[in-house]
Amino acid sequence: MKSSGGAPGYTLNHPRWYRTPVSTYWWLGQWTYLKFVLRELTSIFVAFFVVTTLLQLRALYHGPQAYADFQKWLKNPAVIALNAVSFCFVVYHTVTWFALAPRAMAVRVRGKRVPEALIMAANYAAWLAVSAVVASFLLGG
Amino acid sequence: MAGKESGLRMEPFLWTLFSAGGVLAAFLIPVHLFLWGLAFPLGWLKAPGYESATALLAHPIVRIYLLLLCSLPLFHWAHRFRYTLYDGLQIKHLNEVINFCCYGSALLGTAVAGYLLWRIP
Repeated sequence: MKSSGGAPGYTLNHPRWYRTPVSTYWWLGQWTYLKFVLRELTSIFVAFFVVTTLLQLRALYHGPQAYADFQKWLKNPAVIALNAVSFCFVVYHTVTWFALAPRAMAVRVRGKRVPEALIMAANYAAWLAVSAVVASFLLGG
Repeated sequence: MAGKESGLRMEPFLWTLFSAGGVLAAFLIPVHLFLWGLAFPLGWLKAPGYESATALLAHPIVRIYLLLLCSLPLFHWAHRFRYTLYDGLQIKHLNEVINFCCYGSALLGTAVAGYLLWRIP
């Protein structure tokens, strides 16, 4: 830490601040910290998904041949592996998001707070329903 | 100083985008990723052909949906990723560069999505 301009020099009566240095790898020490960092890292896979979606749209824009080529690219084992890892992270995002949602919004019915478990269950049910609708559109239902 | 003040005023707005993107990502990305990333390439289910994909895009609502699906999760990423860099790697002194790159990428991605969705026949 650099001292800001105008701060007096260190004297016997004004000793140097003691701050415990924190390692750059502080988050590897404890499972709770690691879970926190993994949750934050899910955002990278969210961004990766958007990038592939944009590539997909670009292929559609360029026409049938480009679209077919893109479908072939998706079949590349490395891409499938990356998508499998992304899928795990994105589901982790969903699970952690649903776990936080009831705390972020306290829903009250007739003055009583709706239990967290109920809100979470409602979220999971909505997730299933929304996924089914999206899948039915993509599968030509 | 002026930059810092405007940054503070932006914060609630950026947090709203983060939150909205988080909701969209939580509800929608798993099913999209499962189908396009695993089920279709591995042959478990049949991918829509070019004709049916463009037929889906004929509906303006589908285009708006896709624009939101691309844009908001990018702002969600920008928010989380910049804090990961601050806390995880302790590079607070690069704040301005990091913010510019994160939110700049999110804006760029939104523009690209908008352009493509506008131009796809």
